[in-house]
Amino acid sequence: MEIYEPTIVAFVCNWCTYTAADLAGTSRLEYPKNIRLIRVMCTGMVDPQYVIKALLEGADAVLVSGCHPGDCHYINGNFKARRRMKLLQEILPRFGFDRNRLRLTWIGASDGIRFVEIMHNITRQVRELGPTGMRNVVGF
Amino acid sequence: MIRKLPLEKGNVPGAVRNLLRLLLALDDVDAVMAPLRTPGARMIMPGMVSDPERIEAIDPVSPCFPLNAAQLLSKLARKPTGAFLVACLRPCEIRAAIERAKLHQGSLEEVILVGMDCGGAFSNRDYQTFSGTVSGDPAEAFCQAIQADELRFPEGLSLASACQACTAFTPDAADIALGTFAWESGFLPVEARTEKGRRFLERLHLENAGMEVCEKRNVVVSDIRDRRIAFRDAMFEKTRAAVDSPEKLAAYFSNCVLCTNCRVACPICYCRECVFMTDVFDHEPLQYRNWSRKSGAIRLPRDVLFFHLTRLVHMSTGCVGCGQCSNACPNDIGVTELFCTIAAGSQQAFGYFSGRSIDEPPPMTVFETSEFPEVVG
Ligand code: SF4
Ligand code: SF4
Ligand code: SF4
Repeated sequence: MEIYEPTIVAFVCNWCTYTAADLAGTSRLEYPKNIRLIRVMCTGMVDPQYVIKALLEGADAVLVSGCHPGDCHYINGNFKARRRMKLLQEILPRFGFDRNRLRLTWIGASDGIRFVEIMHNITRQVRELGPTGMRNVVGF
Repeated sequence: MIRKLPLEKGNVPGAVRNLLRLLLALDDVDAVMAPLRTPGARMIMPGMVSDPERIEAIDPVSPCFPLNAAQLLSKLARKPTGAFLVACLRPCEIRAAIERAKLHQGSLEEVILVGMDCGGAFSNRDYQTFSGTVSGDPAEAFCQAIQADELRFPEGLSLASACQACTAFTPDAADIALGTFAWESGFLPVEARTEKGRRFLERLHLENAGMEVCEKRNVVVSDIRDRRIAFRDAMFEKTRAAVDSPEKLAAYFSNCVLCTNCRVACPICYCRECVFMTDVFDHEPLQYRNWSRKSGAIRLPRDVLFFHLTRLVHMSTGCVGCGQCSNACPNDIGVTELFCTIAAGSQQAFGYFSGRSIDEPPPMTVFETSEFPEVVG
Protein backbone atom coordinates (compact mmCIF):
# COMPACT_ATOMS: atom_id res chain seq x y z
CA MET A 1 0.00 0.00 0.00
CA GLU A 2 1.23 3.46 -0.83
CA ILE A 3 2.12 5.60 2.18
CA TYR A 4 0.41 8.99 2.32
CA GLU A 5 3.01 11.73 2.76
CA PRO A 6 1.32 14.58 4.64
CA THR A 7 2.40 18.19 4.74
CA ILE A 8 2.84 19.50 8.27
CA VAL A 9 3.38 23.19 8.86
CA ALA A 10 5.23 23.95 12.09
CA PHE A 11 5.41 27.42 13.63
CA VAL A 12 8.46 27.22 15.85
CA CYS A 13 9.81 29.71 18.33
CA ASN A 14 13.20 31.20 17.53
CA TRP A 15 14.48 30.80 21.09
CA CYS A 16 13.72 27.16 21.76
CA THR A 17 12.18 24.80 19.20
CA TYR A 18 13.95 26.40 16.26
CA THR A 19 17.24 26.23 18.15
CA ALA A 20 16.48 22.59 18.96
CA ALA A 21 15.92 21.94 15.24
CA ASP A 22 19.21 23.62 14.51
CA LEU A 23 20.92 21.48 17.11
CA ALA A 24 19.36 18.38 15.56
CA GLY A 25 20.78 19.50 12.22
CA THR A 26 24.31 20.12 13.48
CA SER A 27 24.13 16.79 15.29
CA ARG A 28 23.25 15.18 11.93
CA LEU A 29 19.96 13.80 13.23
CA GLU A 30 17.27 13.31 10.60
CA TYR A 31 13.60 14.20 10.82
CA PRO A 32 10.83 13.65 8.26
CA LYS A 33 10.78 15.98 5.28
CA ASN A 34 7.00 16.35 5.78
CA ILE A 35 7.63 19.07 8.36
CA ARG A 36 7.86 22.61 7.00
CA LEU A 37 9.35 24.86 9.68
CA ILE A 38 8.31 28.48 9.92
CA ARG A 39 10.45 30.38 12.38
CA VAL A 40 8.61 32.94 14.50
CA MET A 41 10.00 35.12 17.26
CA CYS A 42 7.54 33.70 19.81
CA THR A 43 4.56 31.31 19.76
CA GLY A 44 2.68 34.23 21.33
CA MET A 45 2.71 35.91 17.91
CA VAL A 46 1.01 33.03 16.12
CA ASP A 47 -2.42 34.48 15.41
CA PRO A 48 -4.92 31.63 15.03
CA GLN A 49 -5.51 32.86 11.50
CA TYR A 50 -2.03 31.58 10.49
CA VAL A 51 -3.05 28.11 11.59
CA ILE A 52 -6.34 28.37 9.71
CA LYS A 53 -4.63 29.66 6.59
CA ALA A 54 -2.21 26.72 6.59
CA LEU A 55 -5.07 24.21 6.86
CA LEU A 56 -7.15 25.96 4.20
CA GLU A 57 -4.23 25.90 1.80
CA GLY A 58 -4.01 22.14 2.20
CA ALA A 59 -1.71 21.44 5.17
CA ASP A 60 -2.65 18.15 6.82
CA ALA A 61 -1.62 19.32 10.26
CA VAL A 62 -0.23 22.37 12.03
CA LEU A 63 2.23 22.31 14.89
CA VAL A 64 2.96 25.26 17.14
CA SER A 65 6.00 24.69 19.28
CA GLY A 66 7.46 26.95 21.92
CA CYS A 67 9.44 27.09 25.12
CA HIS A 68 8.53 25.18 28.27
CA PRO A 69 6.25 27.06 30.69
CA GLY A 70 8.32 29.59 32.59
CA ASP A 71 11.01 29.73 29.89
CA CYS A 72 9.39 32.12 27.41
CA HIS A 73 11.85 34.72 26.18
CA TYR A 74 9.00 37.25 26.30
CA ILE A 75 7.73 36.00 29.68
CA ASN A 76 4.29 34.65 28.75
CA GLY A 77 3.90 34.24 24.97
CA ASN A 78 3.63 30.46 25.28
CA PHE A 79 0.74 30.76 27.75
CA LYS A 80 -1.15 32.92 25.26
CA ALA A 81 -0.37 30.38 22.53
CA ARG A 82 -1.87 27.66 24.71
CA ARG A 83 -5.18 29.55 25.07
CA ARG A 84 -5.35 30.13 21.33
CA MET A 85 -4.62 26.50 20.63
CA LYS A 86 -7.35 25.54 23.10
CA LEU A 87 -9.75 27.71 21.13
CA LEU A 88 -8.67 26.26 17.78
CA GLN A 89 -9.02 22.74 19.15
CA GLU A 90 -12.54 23.64 20.22
CA ILE A 91 -13.59 25.23 16.93
CA LEU A 92 -11.87 23.41 14.07
CA PRO A 93 -12.89 19.82 14.94
CA ARG A 94 -16.51 20.97 14.42
CA PHE A 95 -15.61 21.31 10.76
CA GLY A 96 -14.10 17.87 10.55
CA PHE A 97 -10.45 18.69 11.30
CA ASP A 98 -9.29 15.97 13.68
CA ARG A 99 -7.95 17.39 16.92
CA ASN A 100 -4.67 15.56 16.29
CA ARG A 101 -4.04 17.84 13.33
CA LEU A 102 -3.70 20.77 15.74
CA ARG A 103 -0.64 20.32 17.90
CA LEU A 104 1.12 22.34 20.54
CA THR A 105 4.40 21.18 22.07
CA TRP A 106 7.09 22.62 24.30
CA ILE A 107 10.59 21.82 23.06
CA GLY A 108 13.55 23.49 24.80
CA ALA A 109 16.64 24.79 22.97
CA SER A 110 18.76 21.84 24.08
CA ASP A 111 16.11 19.21 23.21
CA GLY A 112 17.52 18.32 19.77
CA ILE A 113 16.84 14.62 20.24
CA ARG A 114 13.36 15.23 21.59
CA PHE A 115 12.64 17.50 18.62
CA VAL A 116 13.44 14.69 16.20
CA GLU A 117 11.36 12.18 18.17
CA ILE A 118 8.34 14.47 18.26
CA MET A 119 8.55 15.19 14.52
CA HIS A 120 8.63 11.46 13.82
CA ASN A 121 5.65 10.85 16.09
CA ILE A 122 3.53 13.60 14.63
CA THR A 123 4.32 12.58 11.07
CA ARG A 124 3.37 8.99 11.84
CA GLN A 125 0.06 10.04 13.38
CA VAL A 126 -0.87 12.41 10.56
CA ARG A 127 0.02 9.78 7.95
CA GLU A 128 -2.56 7.56 9.57
CA LEU A 129 -5.16 10.33 9.52
CA GLY A 130 -4.61 10.82 5.80
CA PRO A 131 -5.49 13.96 3.84
CA THR A 132 -8.05 16.48 5.14
CA GLY A 133 -11.27 17.10 3.23
CA MET A 134 -9.83 20.53 2.52
CA ARG A 135 -7.95 19.08 -0.42
CA ASN A 136 -11.17 19.29 -2.46
CA VAL A 137 -11.97 22.92 -1.68
CA VAL A 138 -8.54 24.54 -1.26
CA GLY A 139 -8.68 28.32 -1.34
CA PHE A 140 -12.49 28.52 -1.21
CA MET B 1 -34.82 45.83 46.12
CA ILE B 2 -37.63 45.55 43.59
CA ARG B 3 -39.82 48.56 42.91
CA LYS B 4 -43.16 49.00 41.16
CA LEU B 5 -43.57 50.91 37.94
CA PRO B 6 -47.26 51.72 37.44
CA LEU B 7 -48.81 50.14 34.35
CA GLU B 8 -51.83 51.92 32.98
CA LYS B 9 -54.31 49.74 31.08
CA GLY B 10 -51.62 47.18 30.20
CA ASN B 11 -49.68 49.80 28.27
CA VAL B 12 -46.13 48.42 28.57
CA PRO B 13 -44.45 50.92 26.21
CA GLY B 14 -46.13 53.78 28.09
CA ALA B 15 -44.79 52.52 31.41
CA VAL B 16 -41.27 52.22 30.01
CA ARG B 17 -41.50 55.76 28.65
CA ASN B 18 -42.52 56.93 32.11
CA LEU B 19 -39.44 55.36 33.64
CA LEU B 20 -37.26 57.02 31.00
CA ARG B 21 -38.95 60.37 31.71
CA LEU B 22 -38.24 60.04 35.42
CA LEU B 23 -34.59 59.26 34.73
CA LEU B 24 -34.22 62.12 32.26
CA ALA B 25 -35.60 64.51 34.87
CA LEU B 26 -32.63 63.80 37.19
CA ASP B 27 -30.17 66.68 37.17
CA ASP B 28 -27.13 64.58 36.28
CA VAL B 29 -28.85 62.83 33.35
CA ASP B 30 -29.01 64.80 30.11
CA ALA B 31 -30.09 62.36 27.40
CA VAL B 32 -31.77 59.06 26.64
CA MET B 33 -30.71 56.70 23.88
CA ALA B 34 -33.59 54.45 22.80
CA PRO B 35 -35.42 53.04 19.75
CA LEU B 36 -37.16 56.01 18.18
CA ARG B 37 -40.03 56.46 15.75
CA THR B 38 -39.32 59.09 13.15
CA PRO B 39 -41.99 60.82 11.07
CA GLY B 40 -43.01 58.96 7.95
CA ALA B 41 -40.79 55.95 8.64
CA ARG B 42 -41.95 52.47 9.54
CA MET B 43 -38.52 51.34 10.66
CA ILE B 44 -37.64 52.25 14.20
CA MET B 45 -34.07 53.43 14.54
CA PRO B 46 -31.89 54.07 17.56
CA GLY B 47 -32.13 57.71 18.56
CA MET B 48 -31.10 60.18 21.23
CA VAL B 49 -33.66 62.24 23.12
CA SER B 50 -32.92 65.31 25.25
CA ASP B 51 -36.35 66.96 25.36
CA PRO B 52 -38.80 65.15 27.74
CA GLU B 53 -41.62 65.98 25.29
CA ARG B 54 -39.97 63.86 22.65
CA ILE B 55 -39.88 60.74 24.87
CA GLU B 56 -43.33 59.97 23.43
CA ALA B 57 -41.66 58.95 20.16
CA ILE B 58 -39.65 56.22 21.87
CA ASP B 59 -40.85 52.74 20.95
CA PRO B 60 -39.09 50.47 23.43
CA VAL B 61 -40.80 47.14 22.72
CA SER B 62 -41.19 46.95 18.96
CA PRO B 63 -40.02 43.89 17.00
CA CYS B 64 -37.90 46.16 14.80
CA PHE B 65 -34.16 45.60 15.31
CA PRO B 66 -32.38 47.22 12.37
CA LEU B 67 -28.91 47.09 13.93
CA ASN B 68 -27.14 46.36 17.17
CA ALA B 69 -27.08 49.77 18.88
CA ALA B 70 -24.06 48.88 21.02
CA GLN B 71 -21.88 50.05 18.15
CA LEU B 72 -23.59 53.44 18.19
CA LEU B 73 -23.41 53.64 21.96
CA SER B 74 -19.61 53.34 21.69
CA LYS B 75 -19.61 56.47 19.55
CA LEU B 76 -21.69 58.35 22.12
CA ALA B 77 -19.51 57.20 25.01
CA ARG B 78 -16.10 57.54 23.42
CA LYS B 79 -15.17 60.41 25.72
CA PRO B 80 -16.56 61.74 29.02
CA THR B 81 -19.22 64.46 28.70
CA GLY B 82 -19.88 65.32 32.34
CA ALA B 83 -23.44 63.94 32.42
CA PHE B 84 -25.13 60.54 32.36
CA LEU B 85 -26.74 58.99 29.31
CA VAL B 86 -29.59 56.54 29.83
CA ALA B 87 -29.31 53.78 27.21
CA CYS B 88 -32.50 51.77 26.77
CA LEU B 89 -31.38 48.67 24.86
CA ARG B 90 -32.26 45.07 24.14
CA PRO B 91 -30.57 42.47 26.36
CA CYS B 92 -28.26 41.40 23.53
CA GLU B 93 -27.32 45.03 22.88
CA ILE B 94 -26.54 45.49 26.57
CA ARG B 95 -24.32 42.42 26.53
CA ALA B 96 -22.60 43.70 23.40
CA ALA B 97 -22.09 47.11 25.05
CA ILE B 98 -20.46 45.39 28.02
CA GLU B 99 -18.20 43.29 25.77
CA ARG B 100 -17.24 46.41 23.85
CA ALA B 101 -16.46 48.34 27.03
CA LYS B 102 -14.10 45.52 28.02
CA LEU B 103 -12.42 45.89 24.63
CA HIS B 104 -12.09 49.64 25.25
CA GLN B 105 -14.70 50.55 22.63
CA GLY B 106 -16.43 53.27 24.60
CA SER B 107 -16.83 53.47 28.34
CA LEU B 108 -19.90 52.73 30.41
CA GLU B 109 -18.84 55.09 33.20
CA GLU B 110 -21.42 57.70 32.23
CA VAL B 111 -24.01 55.28 30.86
CA ILE B 112 -26.99 53.87 32.70
CA LEU B 113 -28.03 50.67 30.95
CA VAL B 114 -31.78 50.16 31.13
CA GLY B 115 -33.04 46.83 29.86
CA MET B 116 -36.28 44.92 29.69
CA ASP B 117 -37.59 41.49 28.87
CA CYS B 118 -37.29 41.00 25.15
CA GLY B 119 -39.93 39.37 22.99
CA GLY B 120 -37.52 39.20 20.07
CA ALA B 121 -37.44 40.83 16.68
CA PHE B 122 -37.86 40.25 12.97
CA SER B 123 -35.20 40.48 10.33
CA ASN B 124 -35.37 43.87 8.64
CA ARG B 125 -37.04 42.37 5.61
CA ASP B 126 -39.68 40.55 7.66
CA TYR B 127 -40.33 43.61 9.80
CA GLN B 128 -41.17 45.58 6.67
CA THR B 129 -43.64 42.90 5.63
CA PHE B 130 -45.07 42.68 9.16
CA SER B 131 -45.53 46.41 9.61
CA GLY B 132 -47.14 46.54 6.19
CA THR B 133 -49.69 43.82 6.93
CA VAL B 134 -50.88 44.64 10.44
CA SER B 135 -53.51 47.28 10.81
CA GLY B 136 -52.55 49.86 13.39
CA ASP B 137 -49.36 50.12 15.40
CA PRO B 138 -46.96 47.22 14.69
CA ALA B 139 -45.38 47.45 18.15
CA GLU B 140 -48.79 47.12 19.78
CA ALA B 141 -49.76 44.22 17.53
CA PHE B 142 -46.52 42.55 18.49
CA CYS B 143 -47.08 43.17 22.22
CA GLN B 144 -50.54 41.65 21.94
CA ALA B 145 -49.17 38.63 20.12
CA ILE B 146 -46.70 37.95 22.92
CA GLN B 147 -49.22 38.63 25.65
CA ALA B 148 -51.71 36.26 24.07
CA ASP B 149 -48.87 33.73 23.81
CA GLU B 150 -49.67 33.74 20.13
CA LEU B 151 -46.36 34.17 18.38
CA ARG B 152 -47.76 33.26 15.00
CA PHE B 153 -47.51 36.11 12.58
CA PRO B 154 -49.22 36.85 9.29
CA GLU B 155 -47.84 35.68 5.97
CA GLY B 156 -45.91 32.86 7.61
CA LEU B 157 -43.50 35.37 9.14
CA SER B 158 -41.46 34.33 12.14
CA LEU B 159 -39.03 36.04 14.45
CA ALA B 160 -35.37 36.03 13.48
CA SER B 161 -33.85 32.65 14.30
CA ALA B 162 -31.37 34.38 16.64
CA CYS B 163 -34.33 35.54 18.74
CA GLN B 164 -36.14 32.23 18.61
CA ALA B 165 -32.94 30.63 19.91
CA CYS B 166 -32.13 33.38 22.44
CA THR B 167 -32.18 32.22 26.05
CA ALA B 168 -30.66 35.45 27.43
CA PHE B 169 -33.72 37.59 26.72
CA THR B 170 -34.00 38.97 30.25
CA PRO B 171 -32.02 42.12 31.09
CA ASP B 172 -29.74 40.47 33.65
CA ALA B 173 -26.69 42.58 32.76
CA ALA B 174 -28.50 45.96 32.83
CA ASP B 175 -28.01 48.55 35.57
CA ILE B 176 -31.78 48.89 35.80
CA ALA B 177 -33.91 45.94 34.73
CA LEU B 178 -37.58 46.13 33.89
CA GLY B 179 -39.77 43.04 34.02
CA THR B 180 -41.93 43.89 31.05
CA PHE B 181 -43.29 40.34 30.92
CA ALA B 182 -45.28 41.05 34.11
CA TRP B 183 -48.07 42.71 32.12
CA GLU B 184 -50.86 41.01 34.08
CA SER B 185 -49.84 42.63 37.34
CA GLY B 186 -50.88 46.24 36.99
CA PHE B 187 -47.25 47.10 37.76
CA LEU B 188 -43.93 46.30 36.15
CA PRO B 189 -41.16 45.22 38.52
CA VAL B 190 -38.06 47.42 38.29
CA GLU B 191 -34.84 46.17 39.78
CA ALA B 192 -31.37 47.64 40.18
CA ARG B 193 -28.85 45.02 39.09
CA THR B 194 -25.71 47.05 39.82
CA GLU B 195 -24.59 49.56 42.42
CA LYS B 196 -24.90 52.33 39.84
CA GLY B 197 -28.42 51.21 39.01
CA ARG B 198 -29.34 51.26 42.69
CA ARG B 199 -28.04 54.82 43.10
CA PHE B 200 -30.28 56.09 40.31
CA LEU B 201 -33.32 53.95 40.96
CA GLU B 202 -33.50 55.09 44.59
CA ARG B 203 -33.83 58.67 43.50
CA LEU B 204 -37.04 57.90 41.57
CA HIS B 205 -39.01 57.16 44.78
CA LEU B 206 -40.95 54.25 43.34
CA GLU B 207 -43.03 52.10 45.66
CA ASN B 208 -41.64 48.78 46.89
CA ALA B 209 -43.02 45.73 45.16
CA GLY B 210 -44.19 42.52 46.74
CA MET B 211 -43.00 39.21 45.36
CA GLU B 212 -46.33 38.41 43.67
CA VAL B 213 -45.49 40.76 40.78
CA CYS B 214 -42.40 38.74 40.03
CA GLU B 215 -44.03 35.36 40.32
CA LYS B 216 -46.34 36.09 37.41
CA ARG B 217 -43.42 37.25 35.34
CA ASN B 218 -41.35 34.22 36.27
CA VAL B 219 -43.98 31.91 34.84
CA VAL B 220 -43.98 33.77 31.52
CA VAL B 221 -40.17 33.90 31.42
CA SER B 222 -39.74 30.21 32.10
CA ASP B 223 -42.35 29.26 29.48
CA ILE B 224 -40.61 31.32 26.84
CA ARG B 225 -37.20 30.08 27.93
CA ASP B 226 -38.26 26.44 27.56
CA ARG B 227 -39.48 27.07 24.04
CA ARG B 228 -36.31 28.89 23.11
CA ILE B 229 -34.02 26.25 24.57
CA ALA B 230 -35.82 23.65 22.45
CA PHE B 231 -35.46 25.81 19.34
CA ARG B 232 -31.81 26.55 20.09
CA ASP B 233 -30.87 22.93 20.66
CA ALA B 234 -32.52 21.87 17.41
CA MET B 235 -30.75 24.73 15.61
CA PHE B 236 -27.38 23.70 17.05
CA GLU B 237 -27.87 20.11 16.01
CA LYS B 238 -28.95 20.98 12.49
CA THR B 239 -26.12 23.46 12.03
CA ARG B 240 -23.46 21.09 13.37
CA ALA B 241 -24.56 18.44 10.92
CA ALA B 242 -24.54 20.96 8.06
CA VAL B 243 -20.86 21.91 8.51
CA ASP B 244 -19.11 18.83 9.85
CA SER B 245 -16.54 18.57 7.06
CA PRO B 246 -14.54 21.16 5.12
CA GLU B 247 -16.56 20.33 2.00
CA LYS B 248 -19.85 20.86 3.81
CA LEU B 249 -18.58 24.09 5.32
CA ALA B 250 -17.72 25.30 1.82
CA ALA B 251 -21.21 24.33 0.65
CA TYR B 252 -22.71 26.24 3.61
CA PHE B 253 -21.00 29.41 2.40
CA SER B 254 -21.35 28.72 -1.31
CA ASN B 255 -23.54 31.82 -1.80
CA CYS B 256 -21.13 34.11 0.03
CA VAL B 257 -19.89 37.04 -2.05
CA LEU B 258 -17.50 38.20 0.68
CA CYS B 259 -19.20 41.56 0.99
CA THR B 260 -18.27 41.48 4.72
CA ASN B 261 -21.64 42.94 5.72
CA CYS B 262 -21.84 40.34 8.48
CA ARG B 263 -18.63 41.69 9.96
CA VAL B 264 -19.70 45.31 9.67
CA ALA B 265 -23.02 44.55 11.39
CA CYS B 266 -21.41 42.57 14.20
CA PRO B 267 -21.08 44.53 17.45
CA ILE B 268 -18.21 42.33 18.59
CA CYS B 269 -16.10 42.61 15.42
CA TYR B 270 -14.78 46.00 16.33
CA CYS B 271 -11.25 46.12 14.87
CA ARG B 272 -10.65 49.22 12.83
CA GLU B 273 -7.67 47.46 11.30
CA CYS B 274 -9.45 44.23 10.39
CA VAL B 275 -6.89 42.12 8.56
CA PHE B 276 -9.40 41.44 5.77
CA MET B 277 -9.50 45.13 4.96
CA THR B 278 -5.73 45.40 4.64
CA ASP B 279 -3.48 44.83 1.66
CA VAL B 280 -2.64 41.38 3.01
CA PHE B 281 -5.49 40.32 0.75
CA ASP B 282 -4.36 42.30 -2.27
CA HIS B 283 -2.75 39.22 -3.75
CA GLU B 284 -0.47 39.61 -6.74
CA PRO B 285 -2.17 38.92 -10.07
CA LEU B 286 0.49 36.27 -10.70
CA GLN B 287 -0.45 34.60 -7.44
CA TYR B 288 -4.00 34.10 -8.73
CA ARG B 289 -2.60 32.62 -11.94
CA ASN B 290 -0.49 30.22 -9.88
CA TRP B 291 -3.43 29.15 -7.76
CA SER B 292 -5.54 28.57 -10.82
CA ARG B 293 -2.80 26.69 -12.64
CA LYS B 294 -2.19 24.49 -9.62
CA SER B 295 -5.83 23.49 -9.10
CA GLY B 296 -7.01 23.74 -12.68
CA ALA B 297 -9.71 26.22 -11.61
CA ILE B 298 -10.46 28.36 -8.57
CA ARG B 299 -13.61 29.88 -7.13
CA LEU B 300 -13.67 33.66 -6.79
CA PRO B 301 -13.74 35.56 -4.58
CA ARG B 302 -11.15 33.51 -2.82
CA ASP B 303 -10.69 33.27 0.95
CA VAL B 304 -14.37 32.94 1.90
CA LEU B 305 -13.70 30.22 4.45
CA PHE B 306 -10.59 32.00 5.64
CA PHE B 307 -12.71 35.06 6.37
CA HIS B 308 -15.43 33.25 8.29
CA LEU B 309 -13.11 30.93 10.21
CA THR B 310 -10.85 33.82 11.20
CA ARG B 311 -13.85 35.79 12.36
CA LEU B 312 -14.95 32.79 14.40
CA VAL B 313 -11.62 32.49 16.22
CA HIS B 314 -11.36 36.22 16.70
CA MET B 315 -14.81 36.91 18.08
CA SER B 316 -16.84 33.81 18.90
CA THR B 317 -15.86 34.04 22.59
CA GLY B 318 -17.66 37.41 22.53
CA CYS B 319 -20.65 36.64 20.27
CA VAL B 320 -23.87 37.77 21.96
CA GLY B 321 -26.19 35.99 19.54
CA CYS B 322 -27.94 39.15 18.38
CA GLY B 323 -28.53 37.86 14.85
CA GLN B 324 -27.39 41.02 13.12
CA CYS B 325 -24.91 39.13 10.93
CA SER B 326 -27.75 37.23 9.26
CA ASN B 327 -29.88 40.36 9.17
CA ALA B 328 -27.15 42.06 7.14
CA CYS B 329 -26.43 39.19 4.76
CA PRO B 330 -27.74 39.88 1.25
CA ASN B 331 -27.61 36.18 0.35
CA ASP B 332 -29.59 34.58 3.16
CA ILE B 333 -26.65 32.62 4.52
CA GLY B 334 -27.22 31.20 8.02
CA VAL B 335 -24.39 33.24 9.51
CA THR B 336 -26.06 33.63 12.89
CA GLU B 337 -26.93 29.94 13.13
CA LEU B 338 -23.30 29.01 12.56
CA PHE B 339 -21.78 31.71 14.74
CA CYS B 340 -24.13 31.04 17.66
CA THR B 341 -23.51 27.30 17.44
CA ILE B 342 -19.73 27.68 17.43
CA ALA B 343 -19.80 30.50 20.00
CA ALA B 344 -21.63 28.31 22.49
CA GLY B 345 -18.71 25.86 22.38
CA SER B 346 -15.99 28.55 22.45
CA GLN B 347 -17.51 30.25 25.46
CA GLN B 348 -18.14 27.01 27.28
CA ALA B 349 -14.51 25.94 26.73
CA PHE B 350 -13.42 28.94 28.84
CA GLY B 351 -16.35 29.01 31.28
CA TYR B 352 -17.30 32.38 29.83
CA PHE B 353 -20.63 33.92 28.88
CA SER B 354 -20.22 37.06 26.81
CA GLY B 355 -21.57 40.28 28.26
CA ARG B 356 -22.63 38.68 31.52
CA SER B 357 -20.41 40.90 33.63
CA ILE B 358 -18.06 43.81 33.10
CA ASP B 359 -15.69 42.22 35.62
CA GLU B 360 -15.05 39.03 33.66
CA PRO B 361 -12.06 39.48 31.32
CA PRO B 362 -12.50 38.18 27.75
CA PRO B 363 -10.88 34.70 27.59
CA MET B 364 -8.28 35.62 24.98
CA THR B 365 -6.93 38.53 27.03
CA VAL B 366 -5.84 36.47 30.03
CA PHE B 367 -4.24 33.12 30.92
CA GLU B 368 -3.31 30.99 33.89
CA THR B 369 0.19 29.60 34.19
CA SER B 370 -1.17 26.14 34.64
CA GLU B 371 -4.26 25.24 32.65
CA PHE B 372 -5.49 23.10 29.75
CA PRO B 373 -2.85 20.36 30.01
CA GLU B 374 -4.80 18.37 27.40
CA VAL B 375 -3.90 20.93 24.72
CA VAL B 376 -0.18 20.21 24.86
CA GLY B 377 1.31 17.09 23.25
S1 SF4 C 1 -31.29 38.05 20.42
FE1 SF4 C 1 -32.42 37.90 22.39
S2 SF4 C 1 -32.15 39.84 23.39
FE2 SF4 C 1 -31.54 40.14 21.22
S3 SF4 C 1 -33.38 40.87 20.19
FE3 SF4 C 1 -33.41 38.67 19.98
S4 SF4 C 1 -34.57 37.91 21.77
FE4 SF4 C 1 -34.01 40.03 22.17
S1 SF4 D 1 -21.58 37.06 15.16
FE1 SF4 D 1 -23.67 37.65 14.58
S2 SF4 D 1 -24.92 36.98 16.33
FE2 SF4 D 1 -22.78 37.03 17.06
S3 SF4 D 1 -22.51 39.07 17.96
FE3 SF4 D 1 -21.85 39.20 15.81
S4 SF4 D 1 -23.67 39.89 14.67
FE4 SF4 D 1 -24.39 39.17 16.69
S1 SF4 E 1 -22.90 39.13 4.70
FE1 SF4 E 1 -23.33 37.14 3.73
S2 SF4 E 1 -22.47 37.33 1.64
FE2 SF4 E 1 -21.62 39.02 2.85
S3 SF4 E 1 -19.66 38.19 3.63
FE3 SF4 E 1 -21.19 37.79 5.23
S4 SF4 E 1 -21.93 35.71 4.75
FE4 SF4 E 1 -20.86 36.45 2.92
